[in-house]
Amino acid sequence: MEQAEAEKTNVSVGARPERHALYRARFHWGEAIIETAIRSSALIVIAALVLIFVFIGKEALPIFYSAEVHEEVTISSLFLPQPLAGGHQTRFVWQPVSGKPRYSILPLALGTLKVTIVALLIGIPIALGAAIFTSEFAPNVVREIIKPVIELLAGIPSVVLGFFGLMVLATVFQTAFGLTFRLNAITAGTGLALAVIPIIYTVAEDAFSAVPDSFRAGSIALGANVWQTAWKVVMPAALPGVFAACVLGFGRAIGETMIVLISSGNAATMSLDPAQSFRSFSATIAAELGEVTRGSAHYHVLFFLGVLLFVITFLTNFAGHLYVKRVREKLQGKRK
Amino acid sequence: MSGRGAIAMNRGLIKAFAGFFYSLTGFACLLVLAMVVIVLGNILVNGLPMLSWEFLTAAPEAGMTKGGIFPAIFGTAALVLLMTIVVIPLGVATAVYLHEYTRPDSRTVNIVRLALQNLAGVPAIVFGLFGLGFFIQFVGGGLDKVLYGGRLSFAQPCILWAALTMALLTLPTVVVATEEALRAVPQSYREAVYTLGATRWQVIRRLVLPQSIGGILTGGILAVSRGAGEVAPIMFTGAAYFLPYLPKQLNDQFMELGYHIYVMTTQSPDVEATKPLLYSTVLVLLLLTFTLNFVSVIIRSQIRRRLRAS
Repeated sequence: MEQAEAEKTNVSVGARPERHALYRARFHWGEAIIETAIRSSALIVIAALVLIFVFIGKEALPIFYSAEVHEEVTISSLFLPQPLAGGHQTRFVWQPVSGKPRYSILPLALGTLKVTIVALLIGIPIALGAAIFTSEFAPNVVREIIKPVIELLAGIPSVVLGFFGLMVLATVFQTAFGLTFRLNAITAGTGLALAVIPIIYTVAEDAFSAVPDSFRAGSIALGANVWQTAWKVVMPAALPGVFAACVLGFGRAIGETMIVLISSGNAATMSLDPAQSFRSFSATIAAELGEVTRGSAHYHVLFFLGVLLFVITFLTNFAGHLYVKRVREKLQGKRK
Repeated sequence: MSGRGAIAMNRGLIKAFAGFFYSLTGFACLLVLAMVVIVLGNILVNGLPMLSWEFLTAAPEAGMTKGGIFPAIFGTAALVLLMTIVVIPLGVATAVYLHEYTRPDSRTVNIVRLALQNLAGVPAIVFGLFGLGFFIQFVGGGLDKVLYGGRLSFAQPCILWAALTMALLTLPTVVVATEEALRAVPQSYREAVYTLGATRWQVIRRLVLPQSIGGILTGGILAVSRGAGEVAPIMFTGAAYFLPYLPKQLNDQFMELGYHIYVMTTQSPDVEATKPLLYSTVLVLLLLTFTLNFVSVIIRSQIRRRLRAS
């Protein structure tokens, strides 16, 4: 439309018609090519997501059908206790590198869950508290300090947080709580909390800020104080956003690799005790994929763990962003 | 009388609660501040003593207990440079598509946005798996078969695949930053240029992109900062423990700062001996990422100011 109109004006105003026609002809081609390029680059984003799923899934698929892989592991045996050497006992063990490899992903699932819970238990109250404080109570000066600090925290590479966990937190917690294991879910979970706090804070703060000031003014006019307004008016209005913040924090925590890899101790234990060493899905992939032979059962199992991680984070992100959208629409009056 | 007393007590209680709530949330803020200060302070204090020009320009020696980290710095720079070459055009084009070529609520836009959000949430280690499965084995394997007659050239971990994997990881960052800048270009400017007879691409090239160069820069800087710090995606796609040479070709392996830290932290033969060097390496990585983030924060705050002014 705009293009057609533009041409019309060009033709009518054109002082040198022959050059103009040439210019226009060449121009059309350029425009079309560029538009195609731009459109296809947007499609690359969608393609990337699909390709990630397809190519990780492809490498995980042999677990379901390959007879060769089935000699070591089947899809059901991943979730079952493994027979131990000699006796008739069975236990949930992850021993991929042994004479008779045993792949039970339950210890890994427990480890992942354990560290995620610890990280969220520490991270959510701190991040939400800070978000409420900055959006509802804090004077502008404090806000101008807190936001860059959070961005600073978000900018610390996870390998550095893991390093800090190993070098500092592990020693401090061991002496403070008298723990048997230096590297455990408390250490790794605290490091992980540092990584999820910026995400939870940012999303929650956005949700609080999205609540229109008229809500607050109305509440104050009715005689409520700032605290009551924050707790009984702003909080309920922003609740889907707060929920989304926690969900997105969960998604980040469950997939984080380097912090957990460095400061978890990497022992695949069947325990929910946060003072014990553990091993997560992500750390298992990171630690073992480097040494594994391509096409072996172990290799396919590691890709299967990758698929699990991908699916879990995909679903949590999907849900999280759905809630973010919902709170925005609700507060803009597009949805009741 | 008793009624009034109850109200007064109630008021006192409410006030006490308000004070409690206020200090609790304020304490959370302080905690965040304290955490950042402790982490940075610890690394600064322990990292500064060994930091020297020689440390930055020499190669590691004696099982990484002596010498410097030059190859890691070089590898990191090469990695993020390659990554930037790919991610900036791709990210900017995607942002331009989202903001200039379609209506803001169209179905495609929503799908692309959803894909971006989900891409941003995919764990870094999954990108590593993808790089191995797709770039190295599928693309690299295909290249070797077609171009090199099956000789192993690109079907192995190397800097090219690591950079491409990292480009995918940082793509959402670039798109989001660019889009923010595009939004800051007033609609009336576009209309004015259209009225002069410009086509869509002319408007974008001559008006929109130059006006939003700050946002594109921010996106690039943030992507570089992220790319320099992530380790999980490059563990299997190109980073090496130790190399006696610097990467010269696209299919060479490389050393990288973050990966170097990981290796020295977890696999050092003598932890106490490597500790001072390790701290200095961490400090270098932090200084690098923070400088980049700091620059981007400044540029972005200027864009936001303009956005508010328009």
